[in-house]
Amino acid sequence: MSTSSHSKNTSTPKTTEPASKLLFNGADWDFDTLKNTYDAIEDIALNELKLDVYANQVEVITSEQMLDAYSSIGMPLMYHHWSFGKRFVRDDVMYRKGYQGLAYEIVINSNPCISYVMEENTIVMQALVMAHAAFGHNHFFKNNYLFKQWTDADGILDYLQFAKRYIAKCEDRYGFDAVERVLDAAHALMEQGVNRYSHPEKPNLAVELERERERAKYEDETYNDLWRTLPQTDTDDQDVDEIQRKMRIEERRAQFGLPEENLLYFLEKNTPAMQLWEREILRIVRNIGQYFYPQKQTKVMNEGCACYVHYSIMNSLYDKGLVSEGAMMEFIDSHSRVVFQAEFDDQRYSGFNPYALGFAMMQDIHRMCVDPTDEDRKWFPDIAGNNEPVETLKDAWANYRDESFILQFLSPKVMRDMRMFMIDDQSASPHLEVAAIHDDNGYRRVRRSLARMHDVSVREPDMQIVDVDIRGNRQLYVQHTEHEGIRLEKAEAEMTLGYIGQLWGYGVTLQAIDYKTGEILHETNYTPDDLSAA
Amino acid sequence: MLYIVDRRKNPTGKSLGNRQRFMRRAKAQIKKAVEESIRTRGITDINNGDQVIIPGKTLKEPGFHHARRGGNRDYVLPGNKKFVQGDRVARPNEDGGGAGGSKASPDGDGEDEFQFTLTRDEFLDIFFEDLELPDLLKKSLKQTTAFRNARAGFSVQGTPANLSLVRTMRNSLARRIGLRRPKTAEIRDLEDQITALQEKANKRPSGKLTKPDDEKLHALLADLENAKRRMKSIPFIDPIDTRYNQFQQIPDPNTQAVMFCLMDVSGSMSEQMKELGKRFFMLLHLFLHRRYEHVDVVFIRHTSRASEVDEETFFYSRETGGTIVSTALEEMKKVLKDRYPTDQWNIYAAQASDGDNYSNDGAKCTALLAEDLLPKCQYYAYIEITDEREAEIFAAAEGETALWKSYAPLAAVNPRFSLKRVTKAADIFPVFRELFAKNRAEAKT
Repeated sequence: MSTSSHSKNTSTPKTTEPASKLLFNGADWDFDTLKNTYDAIEDIALNELKLDVYANQVEVITSEQMLDAYSSIGMPLMYHHWSFGKRFVRDDVMYRKGYQGLAYEIVINSNPCISYVMEENTIVMQALVMAHAAFGHNHFFKNNYLFKQWTDADGILDYLQFAKRYIAKCEDRYGFDAVERVLDAAHALMEQGVNRYSHPEKPNLAVELERERERAKYEDETYNDLWRTLPQTDTDDQDVDEIQRKMRIEERRAQFGLPEENLLYFLEKNTPAMQLWEREILRIVRNIGQYFYPQKQTKVMNEGCACYVHYSIMNSLYDKGLVSEGAMMEFIDSHSRVVFQAEFDDQRYSGFNPYALGFAMMQDIHRMCVDPTDEDRKWFPDIAGNNEPVETLKDAWANYRDESFILQFLSPKVMRDMRMFMIDDQSASPHLEVAAIHDDNGYRRVRRSLARMHDVSVREPDMQIVDVDIRGNRQLYVQHTEHEGIRLEKAEAEMTLGYIGQLWGYGVTLQAIDYKTGEILHETNYTPDDLSAA
Repeated sequence: MLYIVDRRKNPTGKSLGNRQRFMRRAKAQIKKAVEESIRTRGITDINNGDQVIIPGKTLKEPGFHHARRGGNRDYVLPGNKKFVQGDRVARPNEDGGGAGGSKASPDGDGEDEFQFTLTRDEFLDIFFEDLELPDLLKKSLKQTTAFRNARAGFSVQGTPANLSLVRTMRNSLARRIGLRRPKTAEIRDLEDQITALQEKANKRPSGKLTKPDDEKLHALLADLENAKRRMKSIPFIDPIDTRYNQFQQIPDPNTQAVMFCLMDVSGSMSEQMKELGKRFFMLLHLFLHRRYEHVDVVFIRHTSRASEVDEETFFYSRETGGTIVSTALEEMKKVLKDRYPTDQWNIYAAQASDGDNYSNDGAKCTALLAEDLLPKCQYYAYIEITDEREAEIFAAAEGETALWKSYAPLAAVNPRFSLKRVTKAADIFPVFRELFAKNRAEAKT
């Protein structure tokens, strides 16, 4: 479904129709046009595409407010932290100098689904944004399995409100510096603060408050659980034989639920000397990290879905004679800038553009459903020519994430169109090798490699807490499983280790182990200042 | 279902808190950048905000991430033009940007420098931090006209606008409980019971209740009447419940101060030197306005004659002629006598000159200063502006200008009198800081 085919279909009726059918004319808008345009879009989204969405709330904001929202990771409510200020001043400079435009919209995965639109946008842009965010993203949020399992659209705003108040209260009570110290450390571990395999209970404000109260009560009544459960110490360690020692380690690990991939969770639950409020802050950061985890895994699909939806809706509006050709030109201009993919040797290249890849794949699936080639029939016998493009897409949107989606649906045609090729980078070799290109030999390898690039668990390092030397100096052992010799960014890892040490309060060891042999490759130690001085 | 909400009128600056925390975090670096920036600025735009660049080191937000290079990996790139399977490509240059590197940004260079814009207020706040007018003691009673409102607990009387709802309702509730005022629900309950009984009576053929029921009805009616009476006589809110927020007017004493700016604009001062002098006074002027609400500034410039001028003339107009410094001091003395009685004003003065003076004038200046001016002033700063070349000669030969020679002995015995030399624009700020640093007095004594 390209625009040219649309204009062909509609050029005849359009000229005969009176202009009064147009939803809007020119660039300006007011709330009535906005409402009428929304209604027309809604009609197409619900009745033609049959999307399933949360109720919509469209909020009109100024560019300054957009910058505000930007800097606090796109959330309307957020606690205060200097890093958001840093983002704000940077974006502010970029925007004022014209290096960077602002996003046209921000959309929040909440119920009702909140989309922010900027007052500076023209009415065409508002239509685009509403179709994109209020229906595209909204449908995706409501239906994708990751979002369904991991996030609670009904409760997120309440939870953020709670988080903001709680942290402000802590700042009042314990001072900016103390709170900042904990938040800095927690932010450094945010990516390691998610449960990847077992999905958590959805945070619920009432339960959350109750839990916090209970935790306080519990802690008041008992002393630290960690030290109560210390194993009996033998005075004569030398006698203990190897098997027994190993059993002890196993016991200890079981007792702390080790290994633990959620570093923040472990620290929240087990750090020996930590104030209640500090634990609560770790929890807040952890919950927010968890909330964003599905978004990280579905960038391509989410944007692809939204782009497909806005593209279909805008074309449909045009077919019905509801928007003018001029408006359509403006739309196509913005749209093509959004889905632009720079080539690898272009200065503008900074990785795959999720909008471009997502949109190309969605359009391609649509094409395969209605107008398949022999190649498509061979590669995608299930969907080729089934003539149900929207249903097929909706099924994909609901049941896949980027990695599995690419692995399942990336067709040879898209690989050819984007001229994808795969580079094999062996550190031992002085040069890079082109391992596969967009040809019969290469399609599968290219596709697998691209899918892996979009797999969060491959992209992010595999970190786990594996042991605590509870009988000795309380040393904490963090393990990085190294795949194919890919190390951690050294300076950053050392700083982050320092943050873990600050929270834990005792020494921390970072071990890198080989994923095949399990052998320890190298170690980094962190000793807290007060200990090293002693 | 659609809600459109217009949020444009919402208060902006939601991230102000974040910005302040950011500024706090990067304070040391920002301060350095501001000082750097002030050195290179023209005098007229000192008063603006500025873009500052600070190193991004302390602003780093680390995390566990994969290194960008090393190890064995594969990745996909778009836009193949000529490669076929098995081609070998030279490893792109480490800093070579895009080609080949899937993560094209060169190693964190973007983080190393951080550029942003300070608002004028932020700029000046940082700029003038820790500076003050020394020894600001004498308080004039004449100007203590400003009052501010401070909370002073609660009072039983006040205007309705100040009614403290929480306190009032708390008292009202306590009184109602104490006097056992029946609740509306209780009355309604009684009424319901009565109606029920009456209906019961109506249903019976006799139209009358059984004896126990009848007694009950009467008791209920009595209760109801009683309750209604109580409700009427015990008001929901009684005047004795009301409490008002009370405010107290606290006088805010203002200190009156006057700053005399004396500048030599004679022919011996080159344009460049005048520029330096002006720069200093501009800074001073800005500082006074920023930090003190009630500071008068008197501008006096002199050649062989001195005159009091307005701000505009002082900073922007040109004049030239011979040099007699004492004329400026005389003028200051005159203005002091006319307008600024010593017992009511804190008096400060700053004088800038190249140090040249009419040869017989030195003694007169010293005398004027020592006898008339210094005793009245809290602080007197003398800034000598010299040519860079001259400065070198002086440094070598211990040479001193006429004015310096006559002032130096005074400064040695009088802690309220400071002398400083300035040779280039970059000196201005350090000298300024030194002259007005908060702990200057402590350091001296």
